[in-house]
Amino acid sequence: MRYLIALALRSAWNRRYTLSFTLLSIALATTLLVGVERLRHDVRESFSQSLSGTDLVVGARSSPVQLMLYAVFRIGEASQNMRWTSAQKISRHPAVAWSIPLSLGDSHHGFPVLGTSLDYFTHFRYGDRQLLRLKEGKPFEGVFDAVLGAEVARRLGYRLGQKIVLTHGSGALEGAAHGDKPFFVVGILAPTGTPVDRTVHLSLAGMEAVHLDWQGGAPLPGFSIPPELVRKFDLTPKAITAQLVGLKQRGDVFAMQRAIADEVDEPLMGVMPGVTLDQLWEVVGQGEQALLLVSWLVALVGLGGLVAVILASLDARRRELATLRSVGARPRELLVLLALEGVSVTVGGILSGVALLAALLFFGTPWIEAHYGIALNGLSLSRDDLLSLAKLLGWILLAGSVASLLPGLRAYRLSLIDGLTPRT
Amino acid sequence: MKSETVVDIKDLVFRWPRQSAVCLDLPELRLQRGEHAFLHGPSGCGKSTLLSLIGGVLVPGNGSIDLLGHDLRRLRSTQRDRLRADHIGFVFQQFNLVPYLPVIDNVLLPCRFSARRRERAQAGGASLRGEAERLLGHLDLARDLWLRPATDLSVGQQQRVAAARALIGHPELLIADEPTSALDAERQEAFLDLLLHEANAAGSTVLFVSHDRRLAHHFARDLALPLLNRTVAGGIPCAI
Repeated sequence: MRYLIALALRSAWNRRYTLSFTLLSIALATTLLVGVERLRHDVRESFSQSLSGTDLVVGARSSPVQLMLYAVFRIGEASQNMRWTSAQKISRHPAVAWSIPLSLGDSHHGFPVLGTSLDYFTHFRYGDRQLLRLKEGKPFEGVFDAVLGAEVARRLGYRLGQKIVLTHGSGALEGAAHGDKPFFVVGILAPTGTPVDRTVHLSLAGMEAVHLDWQGGAPLPGFSIPPELVRKFDLTPKAITAQLVGLKQRGDVFAMQRAIADEVDEPLMGVMPGVTLDQLWEVVGQGEQALLLVSWLVALVGLGGLVAVILASLDARRRELATLRSVGARPRELLVLLALEGVSVTVGGILSGVALLAALLFFGTPWIEAHYGIALNGLSLSRDDLLSLAKLLGWILLAGSVASLLPGLRAYRLSLIDGLTPRT
Repeated sequence: MKSETVVDIKDLVFRWPRQSAVCLDLPELRLQRGEHAFLHGPSGCGKSTLLSLIGGVLVPGNGSIDLLGHDLRRLRSTQRDRLRADHIGFVFQQFNLVPYLPVIDNVLLPCRFSARRRERAQAGGASLRGEAERLLGHLDLARDLWLRPATDLSVGQQQRVAAARALIGHPELLIADEPTSALDAERQEAFLDLLLHEANAAGSTVLFVSHDRRLAHHFARDLALPLLNRTVAGGIPCAI
């Protein structure tokens, strides 16, 4: 057997110019397949880790998925707000340990602006139940204080003390700027790999202040309140977009859902983030399923090429097969020899593919993180990651081995037909 | 195993699958140990078929072939493969060598597939490589060719490498199927001399097949297959 392996390798090496292209296509297919799988895994992970430790997300009654989209991922807009009094009633409920108000709507250079309370810094958790951490500065105190997510600060090059101007809405409307009431950066958060990185955080009072002289989405004409006077007004919000709720006992979650539906006198709902994230993933994950399918097809095309190349060479090798039989090789050994040739090319392709992917990740990870905000684990793999990687590579190898059986079987048949005298 | 008869054929009848005509019908053919036999006949008279039968690649429909006392018809195909690897060396007309192996590795091929040939090659206390080099030297192959790819060699040189391969490990039977027909007359003689000399030294029985009767004088025994084969005598050629 060991000699057959050596023989197969020499034979493959002898045909290296033709086989190198097949090897390359298998390498690229491997890169694609493993790359897509890694990306899928990392995207899913950063997706499901964007919120942790929150038992309920509360908002106006609509679709739970939509509520998650804007409350957690800042995608889309709330069709309806919830009243501040309702939020306060919920936060005073005996089962509630903590709550975080979320008020969305404005933006800054395309980054969403979030009005919230200081509870955000003490109770909001992401990933593996991690709290937010300030890289620089402190949480907001004054009305015009702002705390930046890591990516906002990095992309816009902001430091502490920077003056920033908010834009009303998502920034689609020209000139709808809150230029009269600038904010000042007092803190910058450490990176989290979640939508928090792309968020500008203000106090609810600050959010209220910029909208004092606005009504119905536009400034009141001929009426403006300068920033130094805003404190004379009541800056308690009338409404917020959503509310994150943590319970004292996780088991109370269904009772709390009922309480929100029944005891508050406006149509609200409380959704469990885990369940809804899974639903959301079903939708988002479709695209990735398709991508994975295409990657497998590419891999199959590569293996098909391998089979074609080896099969095509086989007729020219009938004399060689007969020679090997005359020195004592059994037909079964010729099958193994030809199959091993295919397997060795597959193994070579897989190894080159993994090396290529490692190089791509090494150089590409910072770029992907900077441009798409997807935190890739890159080359640092956990035990589970290695296991699933090995599994995937195993599948490719298995597919390659099965494909390689085809030329092997053909060689077996030829050697039985030809015996010692090939009829070519 | 110490049988004095190397090949013993009795009442052999063979026809190719899906063909009605009988290809070979041999009442008797016997080769003694150390004998050098010349088998001749026109193409299509069943020479190659007979060699495949002796080599255990084909199985006769009727009659018996004994190789060193083993009845080939009673053996399974893997056992026949083993028997061939252990006891028979082959030289063919042309393209005998595995193109991607160096000369010396081509010579050593039988030792890779047969433990017996490997042991016998080392019997004189020599290493495998040493034995291969000894044979190549005896067959007049220049030392600087030994590590070259087989395809770098001329046809005559390739045939001598094939002879060295057939003889390594002292097989009891050397089957040569038209090994000289790709060589010119002068080289034919030289090749035959070397081959037979080394076969003698190895103690191998030689069955040499050719359509060229001029070579017969090198051999003690001259066999005309058309006279032995009752089918051909009856006028039916053995077309493969």
